[in-house]
Amino acid sequence: MAEPAALSDPGVPRAGLAVTLRGVTKVYDNGIAALGPLDLDVRKGEFVSLLGPSGCGKSTALRLIAGLSAPTSGSVGVAGPVSANGARHSIGFVFQEPTLMPWATVRENVRLPLKLSRVPAAQAAERVRAALTQVGLADFADAFPRELSGGMKMRVSLARALVTDPDILLMDEPFAALDEITRFRLNNDLLALWRDLRKTVIFVTHSVFESVYLSQRVIVMTARPGRIGAEFRIDAPEPRAEEFRTSADYAGYCRRVSGALEPSCQGQAV
Amino acid sequence: MGALPSSPLATGQANVGSRPLVLLRILLPVIVLAAGIAAWELVVRLNDIEPYVLPAPSVVFQTLVGDWPVLSQSLLTTLLTTLEGFVAAAFGGIVLALLFNQSKWLEYSLFPYAVILQVTPVIAIAPLLLIYLPQQTAVVACAWIVAFFPVLSNTTLGLNSVDRNLAGLFQLYGASRMQTLRYLKLPAALPHILGGLRIAGGLSLIGAVVAEIAAGSAGAGSGLAYRIAESGYRLNIPRMFAALLLLSAAGIVIYAALALTSHLVLRRWHESALGKDN
Repeated sequence: MAEPAALSDPGVPRAGLAVTLRGVTKVYDNGIAALGPLDLDVRKGEFVSLLGPSGCGKSTALRLIAGLSAPTSGSVGVAGPVSANGARHSIGFVFQEPTLMPWATVRENVRLPLKLSRVPAAQAAERVRAALTQVGLADFADAFPRELSGGMKMRVSLARALVTDPDILLMDEPFAALDEITRFRLNNDLLALWRDLRKTVIFVTHSVFESVYLSQRVIVMTARPGRIGAEFRIDAPEPRAEEFRTSADYAGYCRRVSGALEPSCQGQAV
Repeated sequence: MGALPSSPLATGQANVGSRPLVLLRILLPVIVLAAGIAAWELVVRLNDIEPYVLPAPSVVFQTLVGDWPVLSQSLLTTLLTTLEGFVAAAFGGIVLALLFNQSKWLEYSLFPYAVILQVTPVIAIAPLLLIYLPQQTAVVACAWIVAFFPVLSNTTLGLNSVDRNLAGLFQLYGASRMQTLRYLKLPAALPHILGGLRIAGGLSLIGAVVAEIAAGSAGAGSGLAYRIAESGYRLNIPRMFAALLLLSAAGIVIYAALALTSHLVLRRWHESALGKDN
């Protein structure tokens, strides 16, 4: 899969890896060092969380992986082909806000990535239907975003990321703005989707509980400029569900991850 | 600005609140209007004021009916000029904004001149235009000059206020410039464009009137504003009022039509077209 890109992209990951970051830094135009140097390998099919305080550069890292901004130094390698128009079809991105087009129906919003890469209409319609079914919104295809609740909008956003059948799903604090009940439900649904589809997920969050609940691996980042402060494997039995949330294991993991997060937050104005 | 209704927010807020409140908002101005006309009529009758000093509303109305053949012809001329100016302004403003959006060089080179054109009083430009252009073209040009800037600046604002993350999404999926323009920037700018058009509608009428008056002082023309100027010279005050009434009505209709269009286009998704409870 990585072979076609290997010619043009020196930073292409080794076999079995989905994403490789090597010595990546990002310094913004205003001189603020946001990130790094950061080294990170994400295996194919892995669910990794980047956890850290606000402004530690976790979103920046995600944007670098997506190719939405370029690193100041270092290399970013992503498995999968790059199409002629520069699109990374191997990547789906879910933003912190639903980021839907308010003027378009749910169906049109989900269809957007296919429309941009000129997938034939009939084929696109089928894939949109499938993606909406995956997130449980098949009945809302003709609704406008404003008619949906916050959780449903986020599901649309997720369906749009899934519609191209990407290998890698990048999620930037997708559930941060939702109430807890909705967030828990979406956590469970996301886990179920991940079990079914076995995509690589890189999930940015500032919630210890969310990161431990969802991930196989939690990467705790330091305050700006963001670096890897600590790493935890969460070896909880699969499939995880609500009972994991209340288990002693879960509480133990959360305690340790919180402990590692503590130094990152020190000296930060809150 | 007499052509605009007293409350520019009326259409935006009409669907806020309960039915009786809506009724009240329509009824109150109507009552004020009726009272004003009655008082005017009374003052003229009680004081026996001559029509060439201040015509009573009834006389103005009689003139409106009696002079209808002349006035309607003039109204048509003015409306046509306004429409031509408006279409030219809408087209010119949007196209220029799109070009500016695609090329910063073009924007930096030309935008100052758009501003200069806007801030120079059109009434001062009109006589010059009338020298260099055929009269009808000059009048349309005046309407265009005053009306295109709000379309240009609003469209520019709209094109630049695209959601950053949505723009990132388009970039991620490798959208071409045309695709980004068509599927993202134009729809995102639509509310702003429509707002600009709403202003441009009223302004193109003003532009047309200004140019007609300038042309009228040169003794040529046939629009409503020319009728006003001409009637002024002849001390035909009732006809001045009748023509003014028509101009005002035309302005209201243009504004209402554009506000309605904007509402119909945006009602499914944009905040401005939604009630509080939605």
